[in-house]
Amino acid sequence: MKPPRFDYHAPTSVDEALSLLGRYGGDAKLLAGGQSLMPLLNFRLSRPAALIDLNRIPALAYMKEADGQVRFGAMTRQRAVEFSPVVQARLPLLQEATRWVGHLPIRTRGTIGGSIAHADPSAEYPAVLVALEGEVVVRGPGGERTLRPQQLFRTYLTTGLEADEILTEVRLPAMPAGAGYAFEEFARRHGDFAIVGIAAMVVVEGRHCRKARLATAGAGPVPVRLRAAEEILEKDGVGDAAIDAAAQSAGELVEPDSDIHASADYRRHLTRVLTARALRRAVVRAAGRPGAGVPASEASL
Amino acid sequence: MTDGVTVRLTVNGAAREGRCEPRKLLVDFLREDLGLTGTHVGCEHGICGACTIMLNGEAARSCIMLAVQADGAEIMTVEGLAQDGQLHPLQEAFREHHGLQCGFCTPGMLMTALDFLRVHPDPTEAEIREGISAVLCRCTGYQGIINAVKAAAPVLRRPR
Ligand SMILES: Cc1cc2nc3c(=O)[nH]c(=O)nc-3n(C[C@H](O)[C@H](O)[C@H](O)COP(=O)(O)OP(=O)(O)OC[C@H]3O[C@@H](n4cnc5c(N)ncnc54)[C@H](O)[C@@H]3O)c2cc1C
Ligand code: FES
Ligand code: FES
Repeated sequence: MKPPRFDYHAPTSVDEALSLLGRYGGDAKLLAGGQSLMPLLNFRLSRPAALIDLNRIPALAYMKEADGQVRFGAMTRQRAVEFSPVVQARLPLLQEATRWVGHLPIRTRGTIGGSIAHADPSAEYPAVLVALEGEVVVRGPGGERTLRPQQLFRTYLTTGLEADEILTEVRLPAMPAGAGYAFEEFARRHGDFAIVGIAAMVVVEGRHCRKARLATAGAGPVPVRLRAAEEILEKDGVGDAAIDAAAQSAGELVEPDSDIHASADYRRHLTRVLTARALRRAVVRAAGRPGAGVPASEASL
Repeated sequence: MTDGVTVRLTVNGAAREGRCEPRKLLVDFLREDLGLTGTHVGCEHGICGACTIMLNGEAARSCIMLAVQADGAEIMTVEGLAQDGQLHPLQEAFREHHGLQCGFCTPGMLMTALDFLRVHPDPTEAEIREGISAVLCRCTGYQGIINAVKAAAPVLRRPR
């Protein structure tokens, strides 16, 4: 099908976009990459009075490092994230997750801000935002505020953004040097949304796990931070038994729904299996893993 | 409601222009307004890949982009692959290796493969399969497509 009629605006600054949003009083939609919104319009599942296209606002597309964070303008393309040396060096988990976002021709247009604002619980970027404890910057008529993931993700496709606000920036703390990471996902076909996905990061010192970060995609109405599973690793280290216990706990922490793609039980099962898999791969990658960097005599104990 | 917008862009090296409603999809603009019917319309929601074109040098879906958004852009469609009556090496490889399928999705396959080989100049078979999964179709010569992409890779790596 084809989109319904709408007014079309292509502002060149955030201020202009904000005033347009205000003018339509909630009956306008922001158009970022369009990779989720345009299908909704084509099927007439969405019928806004106006589209406010953010693609002509150069100030919304950038990546920069500041205060130990990498900051992404909302309109930074997923493809730019994928091939960025800064992301490769500072946020390899984000880079690995990006390869699961649709396909290359989708990532050409899709944006980091659009993915997070869309808040599909099966999407990869929201899970990474949760795992890495990032935040987003939002601008509205009254100025700017930052939202942490818990304030941002409310339920399926629903965020804490007001109708007259624009998500302008995504901030992710740079991963500690030598951190191990993995993004594991099960989808029916490469490029499809995750049935379940797991974002994992570990910082390992000798036999200790100084930091563990785990979050899900697809295992509930919002991405879920698996704090109790992280605590098992931070207490017991990253040996096989601890990883198995953390994975078991992960399966218990999520409350997935059943839908046409998978039952809740199956999603729980996937959460366990993928958590274990992600952790094992993350631990192998972590510099300072047991044996690496530990004196040989001690490592063999 | 906004009535008409003028869209000026470069398609396959030539400056083109047309007027359309803002809601007109880029794929329909290419086909109906510019007469370039090589780009096909399948699912109209970004899944099938039949409408894939090159937008400023990168593969993109033209069914989930508005024509007005392409104003000022440089676009290449399947019609732009052959030069001076010579098939593009990728087209040659598809013909040689029976990768043409029934033909409907082939333009999208070609444009997808073109971008894929640009970012993966020396791909493994597994990478080719993952890359080509951006196009949904599996009709007829699927293995042929994989073989064709593999065969075209070294040809495209050579400076031309
Ligand atoms: C075939 C296909 C497969 C896909 N597979 C995946 C996948 O596996 N994983 C995945 O994560 N995604 C997938 N996607 C979706 C894709 O990643 C989208 O890019 C993403 O969901 C939305 O980003 P966008 O920039 O395209 O936003 P748009 O589609 O333009 O916008 C999405 C929503 O967010 C709002 N919005 C956008 N930007 C802002 C902003 N700055 N401030 C406030 N609101 C904003 C819009 O108004 C709209 O409601 C797929 C898409 C397709 C077509
Ligand atoms: S018609 Fe565009 S992806 Fe199917
Ligand atoms: S080429 Fe896709 S249906 Fe035949």
